[in-house]
Amino acid sequence: MSSPKATLEKLPRGVQVLLGVGALALAAFPFVPVDGRDFYLQMITQMMILAIFAMSLDLLQGVTGLVSLGHAAYFGLAGYALAFLTPADNPVALWWSLPLAAGAAGLAALVIGFFVVRTHGIYFIMVTMAFAQMIYFLFFDNKSLGGSDGIYVYFRPDASAVGIDLENRTHFYYFTLAALIGVYLLLRRLLFSPFGRALSGIRVNEHRMRAVGYGTFGYKLAAFTLAGTLAGVAGYLWAAQTGFVNPELMGFHMSAHAIMMVILGGMGNFAGAIVGAFAFEYVMHFFKDMTKHWQLLMGGFIVLVVIVAPRGLLGLGEKMFGRNKGGRL
Amino acid sequence: MTTRRLVLTRSAAVIGAASTGLLLPQIVRAQSDKLRVGFMLPYTGTFAQLGVAIENGFRMAINEQGGKLGGREIEFFKVDDESNPAKGIENATRLVQRDRVDVLVGTVHSGVQMGIHRVARESGVLNLIPNAGVHVATRQQCAPNVFRTSFSNSQPTLALGKPMVERGHKKAVWITWNYAAGDEAFEGFEKSYTEAGGQIIKKLGLPFPNVEFQALLTEIASLRPDAVACFFAGGGAAKFLRDYHAAGLSRSIQLYGSGFLTEGVLEAAGDAANGVLTTMHYSDSLDTPRNKQFRLEYAKTFKMQPDVYAVQGYDTGLLLVQGANAVRGDFGNKQALQAAMRGAEIDSPRGKWKMSPSHNPIQDMYLRQVENRENKVIGIAAKAVADPGTGCRMA
Amino acid sequence: MDFANFLIQLLNSIQYGLLLFMLAAGLTLIFGIMGVVNLAHGSFYMLGAYMAWFFTAQFDSLVLAIVVGTLLAVALGWLLEWGLFRFFYHRDHLDQVLLTFGLIYIFEELRSILWGDDVHAVQVPELLNWSIPLTDTLSYPVYRLVMSGICIALAVGLYLLISKTRLGMKIRAGAFNREMTEALGINIRLIHGVVFALGVGLAAIAGMIASPIASVYPGMGSSVLIMCFVVVVIGGIGSVRGALVAALLVGLVDTFGKVLVPQLAGMAVYMLMALVLLYKPEGLFKQ
Repeated sequence: MSSPKATLEKLPRGVQVLLGVGALALAAFPFVPVDGRDFYLQMITQMMILAIFAMSLDLLQGVTGLVSLGHAAYFGLAGYALAFLTPADNPVALWWSLPLAAGAAGLAALVIGFFVVRTHGIYFIMVTMAFAQMIYFLFFDNKSLGGSDGIYVYFRPDASAVGIDLENRTHFYYFTLAALIGVYLLLRRLLFSPFGRALSGIRVNEHRMRAVGYGTFGYKLAAFTLAGTLAGVAGYLWAAQTGFVNPELMGFHMSAHAIMMVILGGMGNFAGAIVGAFAFEYVMHFFKDMTKHWQLLMGGFIVLVVIVAPRGLLGLGEKMFGRNKGGRL
Repeated sequence: MTTRRLVLTRSAAVIGAASTGLLLPQIVRAQSDKLRVGFMLPYTGTFAQLGVAIENGFRMAINEQGGKLGGREIEFFKVDDESNPAKGIENATRLVQRDRVDVLVGTVHSGVQMGIHRVARESGVLNLIPNAGVHVATRQQCAPNVFRTSFSNSQPTLALGKPMVERGHKKAVWITWNYAAGDEAFEGFEKSYTEAGGQIIKKLGLPFPNVEFQALLTEIASLRPDAVACFFAGGGAAKFLRDYHAAGLSRSIQLYGSGFLTEGVLEAAGDAANGVLTTMHYSDSLDTPRNKQFRLEYAKTFKMQPDVYAVQGYDTGLLLVQGANAVRGDFGNKQALQAAMRGAEIDSPRGKWKMSPSHNPIQDMYLRQVENRENKVIGIAAKAVADPGTGCRMA
Repeated sequence: MDFANFLIQLLNSIQYGLLLFMLAAGLTLIFGIMGVVNLAHGSFYMLGAYMAWFFTAQFDSLVLAIVVGTLLAVALGWLLEWGLFRFFYHRDHLDQVLLTFGLIYIFEELRSILWGDDVHAVQVPELLNWSIPLTDTLSYPVYRLVMSGICIALAVGLYLLISKTRLGMKIRAGAFNREMTEALGINIRLIHGVVFALGVGLAAIAGMIASPIASVYPGMGSSVLIMCFVVVVIGGIGSVRGALVAALLVGLVDTFGKVLVPQLAGMAVYMLMALVLLYKPEGLFKQ
């Protein structure tokens, strides 16, 4: 019932060019002398972090076909991990806090996944949401965990071991860009590996995969855990950048935004997730600048996308640029 | 046309279409002579009313001075903070970095305020707080460029303890939401009530902004205290008043609260609120010429009645005017500007007040009783209440 | 906790549970019969509450407001189904989630444009504005009892409709096997329209009768939506009986949780859901 539509796995030439141009533009941006540069640097860094978050969900949703309404739980958990690890007067070292935070998120995904991956279809969607809400309330109701007010991350992680000062906006920007490209390449590799092929197979027809002898439960759980870990990487970066975590990071709205970003861009190839994240945030900022009633426009935009572009922007792009040989990068 | 050229030209077309003047940064922005004032307030969501009232009050104060600050024209910028703490830093940065405001007026919600506070401390921009009562802003994290014209969360409740004990209500239950504003209000109550000889028999809380009070009201009834003291605001306050009355508690157990319990909600609460006693730094019914004049002017200009938020916005404007006049519009002269504001005396509708060393108002707290949808001032609960400013290096 | 206290908390739980049931019943019907997951269901609850406030101010009577509001809600439900939702029955859940999430934004904003962002109160009708004294300090508001009564009446009505009428029979048939039902000459399109309108109507009525005790404020839809989904999942998608049992369970767990274990209060209901799903992955009363 919940099998998402066939996706563009091999990216057409046009899209590859776009991605390349985009990466170059991102790398060059900090050198452009714009008014309010700091603000734009921050905005784009945030978009890149959300792109990583979206890609992690795409692994689960677009590739494996598991629609999770609770993916933000792992995003938020890693953010909180950084907040707890960072003392009030000193930064914490990057080299061990990042793996620890992402690992914590991954562990949570493993445990929750164990309960959740047995369900199917609409139940899967509901249960993932339920667990995310549970974690949300765990933090919301307990002052010892920060409560509804959240916690501040007073210092960005200390990366001086590799010669980067994350408190410097530009350094942080490039660090995030590197993370974005790294995660993208990793996931693309994964997509065409035997593991990735198995996940795609599960999406297309799980029964058949089982009939052929695959232990689908294990594969799905692995995908769920990996997706949670990568979401944790994004969450860590988010907490480091904004310096603040609150339960909303794990909430329903955050998870729903992630789903929208992935769908907006086009599922299953990770490039779509990046495009979707940037497009979604851009559109939201644009509407917010325009009018107080931006939610109306946002809602209309979402409805429009569902009706007109069911395969997302990349799907539209495919129609416009034509499907040619395409590549695996 | 080859495929490649087709791809490139089409890409260019798409990008061209997408960049039609939206959100793209301007390479050059001419420096103007106008003073830039930025509002970061809730224009949507539950606190939207408050945001509007604050801005109205502020503008009224400026217009009374001819619409200029220290002789300079003003350019206004606005950001809707949606009462969302997660976006506090981002929204504040937009005003400070992109719009380059000279003054940031904001905000209502304490969680968002922390975001603004961080940006204010980093950038040194002048930040005037027209409402958010979060303690750290004028305590451990006080800053020379941050001034508050409203109250600190514990000020109203610091004045609550003594009146309660004076009326013979020596055993009380406290109830509020479990968030910073609620916790800080409790701090003031605990201090003043226990110092006056009262005993807090239980402290109840529910998650913010939950309004299902039934279970807790039932528990209050079974505890049988002399009185109940609370902190609630906005829609939740209206509901609490109504539920308290519907559960029959208003007949047997006197209800006290920080003044926000009965601010702006008396129409909604109706007769359920009659007899409730609250303490706050203002009341609509304050019978002074200054207040009457203010209320008349405000009602004439905005076609609605002012509330405490409008007064706070108004006082923010008055404070800024005094500062601007002292430096004759030269906001670059931060030392003199801050000194002027620190020493300002504000002739407010709530009564005259001055800044404490940690940049919080030192003000009288009025004791009010609800009578027929109005907060009638029945006395002064405490005079010249100041926030202790613990941990502030300027204090 | 003494016995009187316990009884009162029990009453509180049942009242909350019954209200949740009204919302969950509509949602589970819509999902069970048309296979559409509707995240905007909470928005109908909110629309109901705002309509109650608005029309009570216009007509000076809550009862009249409820009547008018219900008619409008049913009409809206019919229109939405006819104009939008019926194209999505065959689309996968992801599209439905996305679509209805977009609708949430739209409804919130429409509400903001039409009625503003203020918090409002709806006055309890004078006739019902009294309380029954239970102990020397505590009374129980009569309106809450009346509200529970209305929910029970509607629940019975729903039961009778579904199991004892021809329409109900057709609805059940359509849920069981759509193609066969159509082949037998029954107008399945009509049935779907009716079910959707019924679901929306129930949600709106819930909002309307709850408005005097719940406050009318922006965002009230989202808070109730999630609880609603929990109830539907625990009860089993498509089962109205399941929704009733689950709603009462949720009411009990939530109310007693808040009083006995406040630190776990918010989590308690979700733990319940996780527990149920562990043993019965398709809910308690899955069709």
